[in-house]
Amino acid sequence: MKRRTLAVLLENEAGALSRVIGLFAQRNYNIETLTVAPTEDATLSRVTITTEGSDKKIEQITKHLNRLIEVVRVLDLHESAHIEREMMFVKIRAEGPARAEVKRTCDIFRGQIVDVTASAYTVQLTGASDKLDAFLRAIDQAAVVEVVRSGVSGISRGEKVLSA
Amino acid sequence: MSEMLSGAEMLVRALQDEGAEYLFGYPGGAALHIYDAIFKQQKVEHILVRHEQAATHMADGYARATGKPGVVLVTSGPGATNAITGIATAYMDSTPIIVISGQVPKAQIGTDAFQETDMVGVSRPVVKHSFLIKDCAEIPRTVKTAFHIATTGRPGPVVIDVPKDTTDPAVAAPYEYPRSISLRSYKPATRGNGRQIRKAAQALLEAKRPVIYSGGGVVQSDGGPALKALAQRLGAPVTNTLMGLGGFPGDDPQFVGMLGMHGTYEANMAMHHADLIFAVGARFDDRVTNHPAKFCPDARIVHVDVDPASISKIIPAHIPIVGDAANVLQELNAVLEAEMAKNPALPDAEACKAWWGRIDEWRAAHGLHHAMPPSTNGVILPQQVIQSLYRATDGDAYVTSDVGQHQMFAAQYYKFPVGRRWINSGGLGTMGFGLPAAMGVQFACPKATVACVTGEGSFMMNMQELSTCLQYGLPIKVVCLNNQALGMVKQWQDMQYGGRLSHSTYSDSLPDFKTVAEAFGHVGFRIDNPADLDAAMDESFGPRLKNRLVFVDVWVDPDEHVYPMAIKGGSMRDMYLNKITNSQQGDYM
Repeated sequence: MKRRTLAVLLENEAGALSRVIGLFAQRNYNIETLTVAPTEDATLSRVTITTEGSDKKIEQITKHLNRLIEVVRVLDLHESAHIEREMMFVKIRAEGPARAEVKRTCDIFRGQIVDVTASAYTVQLTGASDKLDAFLRAIDQAAVVEVVRSGVSGISRGEKVLSA
Repeated sequence: MSEMLSGAEMLVRALQDEGAEYLFGYPGGAALHIYDAIFKQQKVEHILVRHEQAATHMADGYARATGKPGVVLVTSGPGATNAITGIATAYMDSTPIIVISGQVPKAQIGTDAFQETDMVGVSRPVVKHSFLIKDCAEIPRTVKTAFHIATTGRPGPVVIDVPKDTTDPAVAAPYEYPRSISLRSYKPATRGNGRQIRKAAQALLEAKRPVIYSGGGVVQSDGGPALKALAQRLGAPVTNTLMGLGGFPGDDPQFVGMLGMHGTYEANMAMHHADLIFAVGARFDDRVTNHPAKFCPDARIVHVDVDPASISKIIPAHIPIVGDAANVLQELNAVLEAEMAKNPALPDAEACKAWWGRIDEWRAAHGLHHAMPPSTNGVILPQQVIQSLYRATDGDAYVTSDVGQHQMFAAQYYKFPVGRRWINSGGLGTMGFGLPAAMGVQFACPKATVACVTGEGSFMMNMQELSTCLQYGLPIKVVCLNNQALGMVKQWQDMQYGGRLSHSTYSDSLPDFKTVAEAFGHVGFRIDNPADLDAAMDESFGPRLKNRLVFVDVWVDPDEHVYPMAIKGGSMRDMYLNKITNSQQGDYM
């Protein structure tokens, strides 16, 4: 089992995203994270999906995505060098001596504290998913109140471009 | 200046411009503007069905017989959901149908309005694509796109959901039907890759024990002649899938019969022992392969399919070729001709002779005639009914079927000379398909002999269409293999559940089908004596009843099973051959 990141260019039309998501449910594929937003060309949306599966399964997912009429292009970002980032908000109880510890850990991970109350910090952190995981492991689990992750976005390195 | 038309008028005009002959439908509130537009024209003939499921099967039967898309019109809510089984049937067997469904007005969508159903959502897993009309001006382009998508690449059903306000007769927009359509996100492959085709040719020429395994894709692309040329050139045995029957002539000496779960002994043995499988327009369905890990252990696989997602889905292909089956077969023939002129020693004639020697031994040992014991107890065997039908129709009928034992007997014993003659629900296995599909075929081919082979169980799922048959004067011949039970369910229960017939029999409550046929205004026969079978079949297909629908209710042996039957979890050579023996007991040869 490998974790893969698929970038999908999709016609920016009503119902198109539901076909992509429906495909994963119908064919018993798993979606770990999903992000979607319009591109510089407003007629296109870009979807980034992370999923797990054998090479054979990823090949099937890619083929079935390509079969959807509204899917313009599909790229497995793992085929070449690429960059992945995810953004996370974490609300952490921060009182007494723990308050300084949370601030220090946040600095180490180059996070930003974007909201403060007398009893809590809200931390914003951007990076590869494993960095976000590492931050959560570094924080006292009992102090974590709420976690919001954006899901992965990705892009190929160098000249390689995914376009219609 | 282009003509100003209402949405309803545009819809009907677009169907005219697509050349649609028939519209199979059933009216209802959300579709009434469209029905009014239909009333005011003559070009597209509307056929009033008795249930929306039947409308989709009729359109499907029409499409399978002609290659042209069948068109359906239903209303919102229950009209739309009743169509779903037919849409799923067309999806699984890749047939081009267009389903236009009425929808509640846009302003009411999402309010749980009367007869509201999210048709695009409900149908999504079983359509090739679907559209929700937002504005009447979109209608011409949407219809054009729908037909384009349904009929190209791997064909399939397309739904157009039409909110009632977009067909309002008071709102008009300019009508112009697009001549062609190009979609940046949909460019299906047609021609195969030349290098891959040359590789496939080389593999075919070097093979010592090749098998050509052809499926519905050859029928759909009208690739039969090219397939025959290929088979003759190579001298190789040909087997067809359930969907592919007629793709290669059923009475050709190179034909080894259908393969798979109820395929012939020789076809399944040849597959298992092959060193090369040339799969064309077939998808290695689980009803063909048996256990994928044990599938054809010595074979290299060439797989030709128009749908890349079908290739290497179940069985990895050594030489994949994405393209239209007929195109690829033609190009392959050209390459083979050139290669064989260069090297007359290929393919190896000695190896070919030895391979056919083995196949002939398999055929002699356990060919289909062995699966049919002689009838000694005065009971008609279902296989004999199909043989009698084949004889009475000179093998020249369109045969539709429902699902179950009768379907397998028809597939095994009726030798189809060309494609598009055998019309059955192979993928979804939809009981109730046979009669409406036969109606679609009869509309498409008014002069042809159309037989529906059915069972009493399947027939009762859509028998209301006997009324539609009377209305339009359809002279279909229904041949019912009546075994007073859900035969295939009973067979499994006999074989795998210790004979516990859980809810598969109803012999004390069956109607008299002869009377049923007569009540609907048709002709009915009941046959239960083997001595009467041929005469009744001749009478039914004879000149006297040429213009009548005839229901032939043949009471057959209720305990007969379909053989061969794959042994679950085995390889293709593992088969039950009759009630007492299976292929594992003897030598595999």
